[in-house]
Amino acid sequence: MNIMNLLTALPGAVAQGLIWGIMAIGVYITYRLLDLADLTVDGTMCTGGAVCIMLMLKGYPVWMALTVAFLVGMLAGFVTGFLHTFMGIPAILAGILSQLGLYSINLRIMDNKANQAINVDKYHLLVSLRYIKNVPVYQNTILIVAVIIVVLIAVLYWFFGTEIGSAIRATGSNPNMSRAQGINTDVTKILGLMISNGIVAFASGLYAQYQGFADINAGRGAIVIGLAAVIISQVLFGKIQSNFAFKLAFVSFGGVIYYLVLQVVLWLGLNANDLKLVSAAIVAVFLAIPHLNAKRKGGAGNA
Amino acid sequence: MLKLNSIYKTFNAGTVNEKAVLNGLDLHLEHGDFVTVIGGNGAGKSTMLNAIAGTWFVDKGSIVIDGKDVTRLAEHKRAAFLGRVFQDPMTGTAASMQIEENLALAARRGQPRGLRAGITAKERQEYRESLKILELGLEDRLTTKVGLLSGGQRQALTLLMATLKKPKILLLDEHTAALDPKTAAKVLEATERIVQKDNLTTVMITHNMKDAIAHGNRLIMMHEGRIIYDVKGEEKKGLHVKDLLAKFEEASGGEFANDRMMLN
Repeated sequence: MNIMNLLTALPGAVAQGLIWGIMAIGVYITYRLLDLADLTVDGTMCTGGAVCIMLMLKGYPVWMALTVAFLVGMLAGFVTGFLHTFMGIPAILAGILSQLGLYSINLRIMDNKANQAINVDKYHLLVSLRYIKNVPVYQNTILIVAVIIVVLIAVLYWFFGTEIGSAIRATGSNPNMSRAQGINTDVTKILGLMISNGIVAFASGLYAQYQGFADINAGRGAIVIGLAAVIISQVLFGKIQSNFAFKLAFVSFGGVIYYLVLQVVLWLGLNANDLKLVSAAIVAVFLAIPHLNAKRKGGAGNA
Repeated sequence: MLKLNSIYKTFNAGTVNEKAVLNGLDLHLEHGDFVTVIGGNGAGKSTMLNAIAGTWFVDKGSIVIDGKDVTRLAEHKRAAFLGRVFQDPMTGTAASMQIEENLALAARRGQPRGLRAGITAKERQEYRESLKILELGLEDRLTTKVGLLSGGQRQALTLLMATLKKPKILLLDEHTAALDPKTAAKVLEATERIVQKDNLTTVMITHNMKDAIAHGNRLIMMHEGRIIYDVKGEEKKGLHVKDLLAKFEEASGGEFANDRMMLN
């Protein structure tokens, strides 16, 4: 229990937390704006990395690899959206189906291997766990990811203020009213799912670079980490009056805090194999709090 | 302006819960008609409005709005012609969005939505003006989240949203029923002002017989999915609640009007 061990691990935790913060922004779009729990992300959180690493190994530049990862993520979101709206499958089940299908697709993308490594010394990576310390500032992973988050939030802030973006928000808020106002709620749901999964796959592309490999299990439980970040941001910053841009920023902070806490409990001696159980338990508690509060106050208990 | 040609709708067909709600309903409305609709529970009043709105498709018959056959047109496409206010104040607005955002959504009904701004500065000015007709002071609260408004305020806002882009037909489904009497009267006054101003073709369901007589130029009574009484002009103006009750008893074969109708 050397405090120095913890301190040296913290910058890495911040970098990982920020990358997962991007992923959590994707989850926020479906979970909060569209009021859908989308489990596709457990698949796309692997797909993005697989696409990104394989393209880079084939010699494509990093920006192209990340763009294609984003587009493939959108495609996965489209499939889930299509299953949900036009095929009438409940959103959760549609997400699970996509996620399961993606497992095979991810293996195919990775040449039927469970793991594909990329050498940071041979390829020009945008982010890496090697770029945390002892690198020029402009190469520092934490800075680069932070800049990406700022740009992403600016784009999303603009987009959700446009006519089509407002229509997506209205769909999540009140689908009946949206249809009465002439909004095709099938289309807006699909669009929301596409944007969300595109962002998640992009985050996955960054995460695979950061770790130095794409892994078939990279997305397992991703939805829980994403939700944890969203919920942490709500609990810690929910009371602050803030506009949409700040809400998104707080969600990415949620990712950072999640990873910092994780680092601390690992340092305190928690077995790394128990992490997922602990994460699931914490998220379950926070998801249950609104319901239990409503019950205590004698409400319908369905909040 | 609106033609319902012998429309039929049966719910849960082929099951023990089968219920024929609309049975060859015919209704023709002229431009500028303001028709009030009364009838007992299960008479098919709301079902008729949902049929017009396209919540689902009718089993038989056709629906024509301003010369255009919309029988097989999806709900969100039909919305271009229709303004709707529902009974539940929660259903007509997006609670997590601001008053001005809700109005901006309504202002774009029937138009393709693209990457233009969801709301412009010019619109904000216009909305400030148009909210004044409600006489609720909402013009000074443009950025308030709709979820913070009272039921009456939300219902009045929904009414304004339904008429912001002048609809070919305004559909009001007991839109004052969930409000306290004083608020209900206010919303009804606002309804009258807006319908008059734009000379809107309007269908208003109500369970309040006095309101049904006092408003509009035409009154229809429904029973078992059909229109059983249709009166307009001077004859309608001369009606009394007891006339309607008598009519209702006659039509339903002695079965008495339900409690809710009696209370008003």
